[in-house]
Amino acid sequence: MSTVSQQPDSDDGFRSPRQARGRRHMLGRAGLYVLATILALWVLFPIYLITITAFSPRDVVREYPKRVIPDEFSIDSMDFFVNSTGVLPSLWNSVLVAVITLILSTVIGAPAGYALARFVFRGRDPYRLIILSTRAFPIVILSIPLAVTFLSWGIYDSIWAVALMHTALAMPFTVLITSSIFVSVPHDLEEAALTLGCTPLQAFLRVVMPLALPGLAAASIFTFVLSWNEVFAAVILTLQERTLPAQVLATLTSSPPHFRFAAAWFMLAPSLIFIFLIRRYLLGLWGRVSR
Amino acid sequence: MAEIELRGITKIFDKKVRAVNDVSLTIADEEFMVLLGPSGCGKTTLMRMIAGLEYPEAGRVVIGDRDVTDLPPRKRDISMVFQSYAVFPHLTVFDNIAFGLKMQKVNKAEIRRRTEEAAGLVQLSPYLDRYSAQLSGGQRQRVAVARAIVMEPSVLLMDEPLSNLDALLRLNFRAELKRLVADLKTTTIYVTHDQIEAMSLGDRIAVMREGQIVQCGTPMEVYEHPATEFVGGFLGSPPMNFLRVRLETVDGQPRAMLGDHGLPAPATLVDHGSRDVLLGIRAENIEAIPLEGGAAHDGLVSQTLVVELLGSQMLVTGEIGDQQIKVLVRADAPIRAGDALLLRPEADKLRWFDAESGRSIAGSATG
Repeated sequence: MSTVSQQPDSDDGFRSPRQARGRRHMLGRAGLYVLATILALWVLFPIYLITITAFSPRDVVREYPKRVIPDEFSIDSMDFFVNSTGVLPSLWNSVLVAVITLILSTVIGAPAGYALARFVFRGRDPYRLIILSTRAFPIVILSIPLAVTFLSWGIYDSIWAVALMHTALAMPFTVLITSSIFVSVPHDLEEAALTLGCTPLQAFLRVVMPLALPGLAAASIFTFVLSWNEVFAAVILTLQERTLPAQVLATLTSSPPHFRFAAAWFMLAPSLIFIFLIRRYLLGLWGRVSR
Repeated sequence: MAEIELRGITKIFDKKVRAVNDVSLTIADEEFMVLLGPSGCGKTTLMRMIAGLEYPEAGRVVIGDRDVTDLPPRKRDISMVFQSYAVFPHLTVFDNIAFGLKMQKVNKAEIRRRTEEAAGLVQLSPYLDRYSAQLSGGQRQRVAVARAIVMEPSVLLMDEPLSNLDALLRLNFRAELKRLVADLKTTTIYVTHDQIEAMSLGDRIAVMREGQIVQCGTPMEVYEHPATEFVGGFLGSPPMNFLRVRLETVDGQPRAMLGDHGLPAPATLVDHGSRDVLLGIRAENIEAIPLEGGAAHDGLVSQTLVVELLGSQMLVTGEIGDQQIKVLVRADAPIRAGDALLLRPEADKLRWFDAESGRSIAGSATG
């Protein structure tokens, strides 16, 4: 350091505003990562425990302290759970309800999403907000009147009642996700199709749909997971025709611990896989809403 | 093959912005018409109304003998090349070009024949099985053009088709496009903000500004006789010089005076009334002579500020009083910054404009 240097050096204690900002930025990022790690552990650790317990021999369930790294692998618990009375029918119900929900919400929600994406109309932004805010309406309050209504319609205690309810629950997501998907398909392509002899519907089917399909598939998986996991409405609206979560909940208190762990894992796994697959589209959704 | 007639077309956005304001224009059969103007002048909106992608608040669009104002794009017998090319990413080059023919339910053999022919015209034959993502920008551009011409439309619309290409590609494709369209003999409307493209391609140019057509004429007419100061400034590189001059009568002859120096002015100008007028002169129509001592009469004296070598020519920026003037001279002219120059504009290239409105003064053209 013997040579004369006029330029501020980061070593000599002088910090330019940019460096100061950079350091603060680094600290902020480090804090963010610590927080994110804690949050991730908060969520992931129970999932991990459930998973290892579900795949351990049944006597391990009551062991304490828990072993973090399992030494035995067994599918006895899973086998027991899957073959319990009511599980397979309710599994079938769950799949049916999810599929019906998926079809209904796509048929009803996708056109709304398309309208939000393509057309400028009066009240578009409030409309978007109202759609989202329906999510804030408590299902608890909604369920009882719905149960009464469904009773009078004669669809109480059927998969249709649950599917309708789930469609209503999925609708905000379907509308907003599909709208963000349709926005990503350039309008030029649609207009080019119009000049090449398409009616608006043909342009939609031949150009927009093929390009939107991957995104729509992701959106429908999300709907599927939502319906798969939903338990409250399913419990209120059914007695016999239970979906899997409702069945598990109903039998939970009277079932052995290893059954519970197996059931928990069985409910958990599909959602995890699906959400992992579609997370890119979810980020896109929130990016649009906050804009 | 059709004539296009626009009658009093007006487009209003958001109930207040007049994007296109009462435009009437007739485009002859087989004509290549360029809509030229700065961004936001309404040229693209006007084209989109001809295509049927926008609906005009007022006015009619007539193609051939049909009033198509209320018809959707597919019933107008037009094809359009989009600025973004709008090549369908989920289809191959072949299917892109054939898309319109398939919609028209043309039989398969015919589709194949015409698609391959169109692809050949734009040198895409080796790429028919590729997807958009596997093509370069220039190739995508060709797909867009082939997709439009394969329809054999009455009217071909092109919205800044070259603006997304790099400079060299643009130059090549411009010539190719000119040849292609000349062979097809399709009535063509071409939107651009590039005055060189407009000059080189158009049979006629309609110069637009703020939703209106300021001037419409052949490239030479518009270049040589701009209707307004705006047109003179928008066309040509460098733009036309405009000098604020004062009309005086010296020895019974009208002269346009700039400081102590003056140029002969046409007698008709005297009738114009105002004594302050704008003199328009193109940079290439001025002779620049190094000034040596003696007083100059017929000419203007400028101080050279900057000299820029452009390769084939040299651009001299000078100052006359407080007004700037640009002169194009030979690349080897012995002129340097700081030199005093005698500028002698060619008398028949002088254009006169009203200083207030910027409009060409009628009857003042001496050429």
